[in-house]
Amino acid sequence: MAAFDIEAIRKDFPILDQLIYDKPLAYLDNAASSQKPVQVIEAIDHYYRKDNANVHRGVHRLSQRATDAYEASRTKVRDFINAKSDKEIVFVRGATEAINLVAQSFVRPQTKAGDEILISHMEHHANIVPWQMLCEQTGAKLRVIPMTEQGELDLTGIDDLLTEQTKILAIGQVSNALGTINPVKMLTEKAHAKNIPVLIDGAQAVPHLSVDVQDLDCDFYVFSGHKMFAPTGIGALYGKQALLEEMPPWQGGGDMILSVSFEHTQYNELPYKFEAGTPHIAGAIGLGAAIDYMQSIGVEKLAKHEHDLLDYATDKLSNMAGVRLIGTAQHKASVLSFLIEGVHPHDVGTIFDQQGVAIRTGHHCAQPVMQFFGIPATARASFAFYNTMDEVDALAAAVVKVQELFA
Amino acid sequence: MSSADLRDLYQQVIMDHNKKPRNFREMLDANHLAHGNNPLCGDALVVFVKMDGDVIEDVSFQGSGCAISMASASLMTESIKGKTLAEAEAIYQQVHKQMTSEDADPALLGKLEVLGGVREFPARVKCATLSWHTMHTAMENDHDISVTTE
Ligand SMILES: Cc1ncc(COP(=O)(O)O)c(C=O)c1O
Repeated sequence: MAAFDIEAIRKDFPILDQLIYDKPLAYLDNAASSQKPVQVIEAIDHYYRKDNANVHRGVHRLSQRATDAYEASRTKVRDFINAKSDKEIVFVRGATEAINLVAQSFVRPQTKAGDEILISHMEHHANIVPWQMLCEQTGAKLRVIPMTEQGELDLTGIDDLLTEQTKILAIGQVSNALGTINPVKMLTEKAHAKNIPVLIDGAQAVPHLSVDVQDLDCDFYVFSGHKMFAPTGIGALYGKQALLEEMPPWQGGGDMILSVSFEHTQYNELPYKFEAGTPHIAGAIGLGAAIDYMQSIGVEKLAKHEHDLLDYATDKLSNMAGVRLIGTAQHKASVLSFLIEGVHPHDVGTIFDQQGVAIRTGHHCAQPVMQFFGIPATARASFAFYNTMDEVDALAAAVVKVQELFA
Repeated sequence: MSSADLRDLYQQVIMDHNKKPRNFREMLDANHLAHGNNPLCGDALVVFVKMDGDVIEDVSFQGSGCAISMASASLMTESIKGKTLAEAEAIYQQVHKQMTSEDADPALLGKLEVLGGVREFPARVKCATLSWHTMHTAMENDHDISVTTE
């Protein structure tokens, strides 16, 4: 395979080549949503120009082509996370929908008052709120794995948090607010030792790490396409086949049934049982194209470049006076959250934008993390493989600009 | 847009009021009070008002937020203190107007004209209006009430 050619890669992302307020755009908000390569844009374009039709229901040629492309993407997703079977891959809107599906269809029927749901302090709201709703519905109790000042999980009490009452451990593989990579394989082993099923929120992991759900042995794995160079509105739920088989459908409608009469409806087989209604066909095709793209370069190579960027940026910002890094875990991916002394992150965001540097400021849908650190918000730079060292320099220069303005 | 416009947003007056907010205190004998929140960026403040008949005898605030929201709140308290309800309402209307269009009355605005800088920064208009909406709500109600701008 060829060497990592950043210039060639950047040409694949037309959106990166633009000026913002006369300055070259440095897009460092990848944890919120990533940009799309032409290969993805063209796959969607091709689908709408040549193949567009509904899936799984027409005998005509277009419907066949649409179905083939849609199902080919499912196989790509299976291969991408190394699931055993295509039946284990359910297309959904994104990580959020997948977590809600598991909460309602898998956990809720077996949960009663007094049971427990275990998450961590650094979860995205998408991996908190669905469980709180479940707790309200069932009388179960939400328990939380605590966190250290570095932004790592504090696992000292983990054996007491995984109890007979725990119905699921739902945990993020990579924190979107802090960048921490959590030891999800070890946690899965611990949970399984007590027969507790495990859901891994991989929304921030799939763009950066190679994922093997069989090696992790998790019961469910969820992610969104738009954070890994695919369109919005598409994502995947992986579930072990035996579990998915037992679960009732989440939504009812077309495509998820084998036969319907007013007396009895027989549900479709996996994974269609969970795909009620016409799916986001173009999105799924785009997701397949994004996987092809990442694999054509090599996920390990992408990860290495990103790691170099993160190291460089961490080194640079941690040596600047008046800058405080939030989240200094030993193992991190992509994310650099920080504060500039005496300046509110919202002001930081506006001034950065004027320098062409796009970052996210706010609570990053992880308010408990902000509460832990006693801060309202952070500024967050998050990297993708198409970012450059020059863009990190632009980030550092923007910090200086803020400090000058607020001096 | 060049970065000269950043100076329009972060003018000296704004920076000064951000650093040293005026009337930044709790008011125990307030007879009107409201909470304002901007959940998107976490700005949160409380506005206290003490009315004497028709006159705003005292007004203060507490809270935390970005430079724009802090300075705007500080300027707000300064500009309406001692005014009648009707006068304060007129100022409120002008402030609102200048953040979305050019044609506000400079005579009524005075120093508040610096808040017009947010016009070019649509994502920041909410920061500048939060304290004003909160003040407005406080006046209309004599009990604690929450305002959310997002
Ligand atoms: C860790 C994590 N989980 C879940 C989500 C939710 O993803 P989506 O909004 O695409 O469903 C996000 C998105 O920010 C995330 O960062």
